[in-house]
Amino acid sequence: MIRKFPIHALLAAGAFWMLLPFFWMLSTSLKTQNEALRFPPTILPRVPMFVNYLEAFRQVDFSRYFLNTLIMTLGTALLVFITSTLAAYAFARMKFWGRDLLFMLFLAMMMVPVPVYLAPSYVILSRFGWIDTFLALIIPWSANVFSIFLLRQHFKMLPQELFDAARIDGLNHLQVLLRIVIPLSRAVLVTIGIFQIVSNWNAFLWPLIVTHSDSMRTIQTGLAYFAQAESTNYPLLCAASTFTTAPLIIMYFFVQRQIMESYARTGIKE
Amino acid sequence: MSQRKDLSGYLFILPALAVILVFRFYPILQAIRMSFFRWGMAGPLHAVGLKNFGRLLVDTKFYQSLGNTFWYVLFVVPLTIIISLLFAQLLSQKISGRGIYRTVYYLPVVTSIVAVSVVWKWIFNPDRGILNAMFGLIGLDGLKWLNDARGIFEIILTPLHLEPSGFFAGPSVALCALIIMAVWHNIGYCVIIALAGLQNVPEQYYEAARIDGAGAWTTFRRVTLPLISPTVFYLIVTQSIFAFNTFTPVYVMTQPPGGPLGTTKLVVFYLYEQAFKLWNLGYANAIAFVIFIIIFFMTQFQKRFIERRVHYD
Repeated sequence: MIRKFPIHALLAAGAFWMLLPFFWMLSTSLKTQNEALRFPPTILPRVPMFVNYLEAFRQVDFSRYFLNTLIMTLGTALLVFITSTLAAYAFARMKFWGRDLLFMLFLAMMMVPVPVYLAPSYVILSRFGWIDTFLALIIPWSANVFSIFLLRQHFKMLPQELFDAARIDGLNHLQVLLRIVIPLSRAVLVTIGIFQIVSNWNAFLWPLIVTHSDSMRTIQTGLAYFAQAESTNYPLLCAASTFTTAPLIIMYFFVQRQIMESYARTGIKE
Repeated sequence: MSQRKDLSGYLFILPALAVILVFRFYPILQAIRMSFFRWGMAGPLHAVGLKNFGRLLVDTKFYQSLGNTFWYVLFVVPLTIIISLLFAQLLSQKISGRGIYRTVYYLPVVTSIVAVSVVWKWIFNPDRGILNAMFGLIGLDGLKWLNDARGIFEIILTPLHLEPSGFFAGPSVALCALIIMAVWHNIGYCVIIALAGLQNVPEQYYEAARIDGAGAWTTFRRVTLPLISPTVFYLIVTQSIFAFNTFTPVYVMTQPPGGPLGTTKLVVFYLYEQAFKLWNLGYANAIAFVIFIIIFFMTQFQKRFIERRVHYD
């Protein structure tokens, strides 16, 4: 017990710093504007002002932003599931000319940093007439090389006998994929789903560039806009920050183990 | 299985391939092509040859943004990884409350950088912020944080009658505020990866080290670090690229955009300004091209000089 004391002291000090911004966000979000500006600050609000949350919702159309983000997240995730399972199955389990070359091309795309294709993507999307639409938010992200890579690794490890048996039963590739492979890939699909939810919910630069109108804002561009419009009203800003981060934090508390395993998976080099 | 039967493989790949070709591959070709044009959103294209790159060569603001990015990456990556390794090491011990600590340390992983930036801007507030209040409690003067353009080497060295300026003044206090926040935000992910690496170290190695009478530091330096070196290398490469691409905190936190005297303007933010504020799309693509080259060589450099020390089994 005594020997462990320094470990606890260090971990507690670290935990204090990790939690401080969250605590300060919550505490400020419940203060009046006057109390927030007091210096030195009060640690906890004297009277919790829950009305700040309603006020933030009233000032800009956060419910619209939530809805947009939900559509973007679900739309992208659904399409990523379809494109990734199909492509990964073909890369892992089918033989055709140019397969490995195509897979290399896919992997090479992962190495290109996002800033490189920002401006040309914008030009392409505006030629399509997609700027400021859900198409611009969803379609360019509807195929994900990393998901294909993860699924391909998994599909390759499934026993060959499974596929031989399915063939003998007369199943075609699509049936094998839907009835046999996908039910055996739940863990990887959960990982991909988690990444899709987190990355879409938190996406900022892309929505900032490809949408303009207030009614197309996502939760993150909406929050950034609110932060510029109300740059000194810290209680409202903290309230908005709280309710925009709350959904993922609540999800995190429920599926912490899956989230950790998913992120740990990204560090595995094959 | 015959080759012909699997022609449907092309059909399976088609949806993903179409998206990748149109929204990844083609834009990259376009980026290279566009960098040789003067290109606004409206009006005709002008082929300008290498003029965009020539302009880049004499653009002092571009150099400043590269310098800022250099300091930012140089501070964020080692700080994040060293602190993460320390905490991962502590969290891998058998202690009570380990689950709670882990929950706390991972929390920033799912928290959006926009919200984090909003809250940290408030924490760094020079007049009302809690950080300066805590400085006051221990008798220190507060800093101007995001409004302070002085370089930290300048602050440290000026009393010694050395007055470094420009790039050599180091990251400004304002940029240091962004660095502190980035370290805070990235620790969670790095601790997860580092812990996963630590769990693969067989218990016997620690046993052996203990029997040999090795202390905590020696055990870490001689046993743990070599065994998790692939994980550490992976973190160095990915965190460097990630830090290099930082945009959001500059956008949300700094006022005027790019901070006092442009000292927080990171190169991706500069690209954003050129492309989507000033609509110099051709010029922005020249910048993007340089970013790509730098990231490529940064990774190659790390492969050459750091991966040599990595032990893969």
